[in-house]
Amino acid sequence: MKLKALFVGCALSMGLVSVSQAGEPLKVGFVYVGPVGDAGWTYAHDQGRLAMDKVFGDKVKSTYVENVPEGADAERVIRQLAADGNKLIFTTSFGFMNPTLKVAKAYPNTDFEHATGYKMAKNVGIYQARSWEGAYMLGVLAGKMTKSNILGFVGSYPVPEVVRNIDAYTLGAQSVNPKIKTKVIWVSSWYDPARERQAAETMIAQGADVLAQNTDSPAVIQTAEEKGVYAFGWDSDMAKFGPKAQLTASTLNWSKYYTMEVKQVLDGTWKPASTLWGMKEGMVVLTPLNPAVPADVAELFKAKEQEIISGTLMPFGGPIVDQSGKVRVETGKEMPMDELMSLNYYVKGVEGSIPK
Amino acid sequence: MSIEQMILIFASIVAAATPLAFAAFGELVTERAGVLNLGVEGMMLMGAVAGFAVASQSGSLTLGFGAGLLAGLAMSLIFAVLTLHLQTNQVATGLALTLFGAGLSAFIGKSYVGLSLQGLQPISIPYLTDIPLIGRLIFHFDWVVYGSFVLLFGLIWFFKYSRWGLVVRAVGESPVSAHAIGYPVIRIRYLAILFGGAMSGIAGAYLSLAITPMWVEGMTSGRGWIALALVVFATWKPIRVMVGAYLFGGVTILQFYGQGMGVHIPSEILSMLPYLVTIVVLVLISRNPKTILLNQPMSLGQSFYPRT
Repeated sequence: MKLKALFVGCALSMGLVSVSQAGEPLKVGFVYVGPVGDAGWTYAHDQGRLAMDKVFGDKVKSTYVENVPEGADAERVIRQLAADGNKLIFTTSFGFMNPTLKVAKAYPNTDFEHATGYKMAKNVGIYQARSWEGAYMLGVLAGKMTKSNILGFVGSYPVPEVVRNIDAYTLGAQSVNPKIKTKVIWVSSWYDPARERQAAETMIAQGADVLAQNTDSPAVIQTAEEKGVYAFGWDSDMAKFGPKAQLTASTLNWSKYYTMEVKQVLDGTWKPASTLWGMKEGMVVLTPLNPAVPADVAELFKAKEQEIISGTLMPFGGPIVDQSGKVRVETGKEMPMDELMSLNYYVKGVEGSIPK
Repeated sequence: MSIEQMILIFASIVAAATPLAFAAFGELVTERAGVLNLGVEGMMLMGAVAGFAVASQSGSLTLGFGAGLLAGLAMSLIFAVLTLHLQTNQVATGLALTLFGAGLSAFIGKSYVGLSLQGLQPISIPYLTDIPLIGRLIFHFDWVVYGSFVLLFGLIWFFKYSRWGLVVRAVGESPVSAHAIGYPVIRIRYLAILFGGAMSGIAGAYLSLAITPMWVEGMTSGRGWIALALVVFATWKPIRVMVGAYLFGGVTILQFYGQGMGVHIPSEILSMLPYLVTIVVLVLISRNPKTILLNQPMSLGQSFYPRT
């Protein structure tokens, strides 16, 4: 990635910067927070990029810079991509929000797309996946497959995104099994396989027999495989780390979105928008079920999946009761979007409290 | 807490402590010879990636551990040549080694990301493992865990009773005097550094072959630094290194256990703990010249150039 950044810099200094002209391919840049090979978040984005490349062939030339830290370096990398003549730049991590906006101001003729942020501008659009729909569906399976009625969840950091997934997972499980409890262990890292494993081991020792995680490594599923309990893939398919353990995986598919955005830029119809896609739009995709799932459970699962896709089932539809027993969302209502985006409490059935 | 749970939790603690112990034992020997190698994290990462790469190519975990050992050794050889021959600053060179190891391991490991293999399994000892309760509690580990105890007793014996152990200590206390009475200071320091590298390599390989049998970039996540702190915490004594490794390894597991039970201790405080305790120990041993003399290798971190 350093090398690539260097090339970009060289091109800039030698005056090779070209403005895209008719007949030349549209240059599209991607900024990744992690390595492409991480089998999780960044991997999913790169799969989306490759699929988009395939659709447009010669008309598009995409480049990426991986392992970009969410700090001062990010702005430099984004600026270089813009200077290099990329007309559309995707920045794929929350921490790239302010650098993206800053560079966007300096390059008004370049379009920017920022993932998981909330600030927009004339030439900055935002996009995000409703990953909690996937978490809810994992919960449905977990609720049916557990024998001990204790579910485990390995969390990274207590940010709204992760709390939302824990709540969705628990609500999904409760929808089919009101007796379940969810244990949560925070490992204070997005990426520390040994700690993730220790957290998984601890919960298994405490009786959890279906585990989910919102961390980036496949350590949890690997541990589950070894200890003979069930687990789920998160962000990408992790079946090869636990062929017997993985019940299904909630994966992210960005290809349709990237293809659509690039097409709009090619057609000259691109406008900044705030996009929130889920299972209906094919951005959140569940992988085929483990053969160990009984037919009636699989059927129930498919039915719920269809309900979410058609919009009749809302994962955060009322009644939603928090840990103290207070009703937060009334029956028949849905949690308002701004509350969902800043969710900071556990629903009833989750054990422990959110670290402050 | 049921007995079943206790056995599982204990096994997790042992797994967490073993790599810390190996890396810290290696560094202990290096520091006892008066050399401060801050490159433990980098050497561990190289051990982890080399171990995983070789094990997944050859299908043999033993070869994997061998490769991990050699990778750590090779890294420490760079350090040894730089600091002993070219007289570079030990602190700066060690830091460079950590950064170099982090980058190089990520580069080498690129094609191994996303692979998985069957990790190191516990061995059963005839009769002993069959003892109810105790058998599964203490006689059901992999050979690396037993190796860490062999190493512990070996080191205690080495520094206390063996002639060469005393020579290593003498070199660490005063290389000038050791040189004056005819000991090959540079050669002894070479061996001490290489031993440290080899042990760090095994520690890294244990992470990528036993605890989580896979390779991910930066998978040591600061364990090399904890090992370094451990050596100071242990005031350069092998037995205290072992106690410290179990303490620091156990703290994380118990904190997770507490979380699972709904009791929450801020994890930030626990991540600080090893370093905090180390500072306390440093303050305690530095309170007067006598305690410093008793505890710390006097020439630690200083270059030595033999003048003949």
